[in-house]
Amino acid sequence: MSAEEDKPGWTSLAMGAVLVTPGSAVRNKTGTWRLKRPILDPKKCTNCLICWIYCPEPAIVRGAETVEFNYDYCKGCGICAVECPLKAVSMTEET
Amino acid sequence: MTKAVSQQIVGMNGDEAVAFAAKQANVDVVAAYPITPQTIIVERFSDYVANGEVDTQFVCVESEHSALSACVGSSLAGSRVFTATSSQGLALMHEALYLASGLRTPIVMAVVNRALSAPINIHNDHSDMMGSRDCGWIQLYAENAQEAYDLTLQAFRIGEDHSVSLPVTVNLDGFTISHAMEGVAVIDDDQVCKFVGKREPVYKLDPAKPMTFGPLTLPDYYSEFKRQQVDAMNSAPAVIRAVANEFKKISGRQYSDISAFNVEDADAAIICLGSIAGTARTVAARLRQKGKRVGVIKIWQYRPFPTIEIARLLSNLKCVGVIDRAVSFGAPYGAMCSDIASTKELTGIKTKIFNVICGLGGRDVKPTEIEGIFEKALAYANGEPIDEPVSFVGVRA
Repeated sequence: MSAEEDKPGWTSLAMGAVLVTPGSAVRNKTGTWRLKRPILDPKKCTNCLICWIYCPEPAIVRGAETVEFNYDYCKGCGICAVECPLKAVSMTEET
Repeated sequence: MTKAVSQQIVGMNGDEAVAFAAKQANVDVVAAYPITPQTIIVERFSDYVANGEVDTQFVCVESEHSALSACVGSSLAGSRVFTATSSQGLALMHEALYLASGLRTPIVMAVVNRALSAPINIHNDHSDMMGSRDCGWIQLYAENAQEAYDLTLQAFRIGEDHSVSLPVTVNLDGFTISHAMEGVAVIDDDQVCKFVGKREPVYKLDPAKPMTFGPLTLPDYYSEFKRQQVDAMNSAPAVIRAVANEFKKISGRQYSDISAFNVEDADAAIICLGSIAGTARTVAARLRQKGKRVGVIKIWQYRPFPTIEIARLLSNLKCVGVIDRAVSFGAPYGAMCSDIASTKELTGIKTKIFNVICGLGGRDVKPTEIEGIFEKALAYANGEPIDEPVSFVGVRA
């Protein structure tokens, strides 16, 4: 989360918390909430996309050979690590 | 009333007068649920709908919670919206009251004031609105059916003004006003139509221009939106004054934040809301004939509270008795007396104040009791120490 002072104040925000332009959620980088980071072992990944289906965000990005993680939005819930049948995802402490 | 304004006098009770005002304001949506003593308002309005006298979308809902929720949605869609409730109905709306003000949706709601359960009671006091006092709505109080009609018409203009954009309650005392027949001077439809104009929403739900209403705001944004609401409330008095002045041109009746009666040269006064002001003025006038310098301050605009005007009037008075028709359990004073005490503190005025709680659950407040309050205020004004800062009047021991 960026510093509070970088954000607009009450005199410039639209009244009633209306979001006047669509797509603003993209700017909210929820990856900052993450305590554990998913790490992929590309040798184990078969690109089966089970993690892609289960990821609630979705923060799994499809790739040609394997999936990748979008750490801007991955909250570190670990569902991908639990659901991966090949144990290709491991959760490591964020530092 | 000025001579230039010709108006038809129609026999209506307070509820009918409010329904008639909503009809003349040409509201787009009414979502409401019946509850005594408000029921007549929505009954009359549904008659207008059934008779084809209005093209309003009347939404029959299963509760007050749904009624106000539908009003919030309709207001977001850009409609002019009206509803009405009382007592338990207002209590059931409680969470949606904050949605309406927080989302900055203009809605006009008549609150026909009635006591809250338990024990169950259908008669008048102000515990319903006082229980939702801090909900962020503008709160106006009528003294009679005429004022209920007049304030309802003005409420649309006030709430829909872009610098305000807030919901407004028009409070009228249950039965005393809602069910009592009066001659109400009504303004021509054409003139009302010109006065209320058409609502131009600041933002509205529109598929062609998508926006998000009611998003989650976390600790990094929530405070800013509450601060905006304070600013909107602060903008309201100037709008209310401007609307009142414009309303006078079509009605001949002048509104303001407060109405003062014989206060300027008085030693003591009563401050009150709603229908009790009539009794208080009658008693005050009688006491004047006996040489007693007493007056009455009636508050029309309870939120935003008219701090400056109250302070100005208080500064010339030695003592005021503040009447609350609701109990604020465990608090030092009743709700309105707390506001008066805050006004004193903020402005450094030394006027003595005391609080009288009376008229709960429709208990009649007799002229003799009002006289007793004036006598007490005069005694305090003449130097007697305040022995009872808060007292109940008309309650059996």
